[in-house]
Amino acid sequence: MPLDLEIVSPERLLLSRPVDMVVIPAEEGDLGALPNHAPMIVLLRGGLVRLFEGGQIIDRLFVSGGFAEITPTRVTVLADEAMAPTAVSREEGERRLKAAQEEYDRLDKADVPALDAAMARMQSARAMIEAAGSAA
Amino acid sequence: MPSLKALRGRIASVKSTQKITSAMKMVAASKLRRAQTQVEAARPYAQRMERMLASLAVNIAGQPNAPKLLAGTGRDQVHLLVPVTGDRGLAGAFNSAVGRMTRTLARRLEAEGKTVKILAVGRKGRDMLRRDLASRIIGDISFAGRKSIGFADAQEIANRITTMLDGGEFDVCTLVFNRFVSVISQVPMEMRLISPALPAQAPEQDVEPSKRAMYEFEPDEETILARLLPQNLAIQVYRALLENAAGFYGAQMSAMDNATRNAGDMIKRLTLNYNRARQANITRELIEIISGAEAL
Repeated sequence: MPLDLEIVSPERLLLSRPVDMVVIPAEEGDLGALPNHAPMIVLLRGGLVRLFEGGQIIDRLFVSGGFAEITPTRVTVLADEAMAPTAVSREEGERRLKAAQEEYDRLDKADVPALDAAMARMQSARAMIEAAGSAA
Repeated sequence: MPSLKALRGRIASVKSTQKITSAMKMVAASKLRRAQTQVEAARPYAQRMERMLASLAVNIAGQPNAPKLLAGTGRDQVHLLVPVTGDRGLAGAFNSAVGRMTRTLARRLEAEGKTVKILAVGRKGRDMLRRDLASRIIGDISFAGRKSIGFADAQEIANRITTMLDGGEFDVCTLVFNRFVSVISQVPMEMRLISPALPAQAPEQDVEPSKRAMYEFEPDEETILARLLPQNLAIQVYRALLENAAGFYGAQMSAMDNATRNAGDMIKRLTLNYNRARQANITRELIEIISGAEAL
């Protein structure tokens, strides 16, 4: 029984297809979902969503962060931004990393939620640079 | 009766006006198509987000430490109104419908003794409200000269609203925008952004009742909700911006269609007058010649 995978960004529905397994970059580490997975809602970090069929990776998509909802029959990825790894730009990643780094340095060190947000942005930017490198 | 020359001039000017309005209609029609696709493309995300929010929020909404974005500040004194309008005119009553609704709302709230603040999105709305509500406008945002609206623009507006909420600048936030019903119909409506009306938990079709709403959360509900709520706010703003854009082009298209038709009617009437005047002239000249010949 395949798993229905959907990847949506605010601007459009990017992908909707059945897969055997999907590995999503959850905030606390990569998470593989097979059919009949327990229902879960997870936070994503920046990274690659990998689609598996017959034990092989058949497609990869970069997401910069967001959420995923897993139920026994489907996985819905609500990405803040999603694109094919070949469309990821290294320059854009570096620009974002610099902006996030600057914000982190500027922030009041007692403002933990804001620091966490800046850290998450830095991580996402690094993942973007990495994804651009892996596709090239 | 105006002279033949004056009539010719008027016909020519109405004709060129007609050309302009029919060109504007075509432009609006093609932009409308693009805006409509964008509205439809944004729908899947909004629907799924709503479903997720519904399954999360039910547990948290009642708690005393619920996030501000979900529960509001608990007061109802300062209202922030966010009217969304187009940046350009020539679209019939499209912009003024939102302006009127905002004004009525502001008057009603002030009559109840509430404080009203306005954050105007779109140039036309700002210009309209500036006439009598200038002191309430605390800021404006415009996308004039931009080709299309992206999610990042909506996020910017949402961030501004969140910052103001955190700074305690308002208690209730209402969005006023034109809902895109169809090409010929746009209905102005208000939507509470803070605190929002919670989506009712939608029954899941593909999961048995026993398995429903038994989600595990990673890292935990509060953290996810803290990320989800600002995103949801941005999505709502994004939706309003897109509906506004699509509705605007729809309204402009029908306004320009009307104008083109009216210009056509006017050309017909003027041409009739022109021909009558021309024939009257010919007849008069003939009479003059004949009576001149008879006098000899």
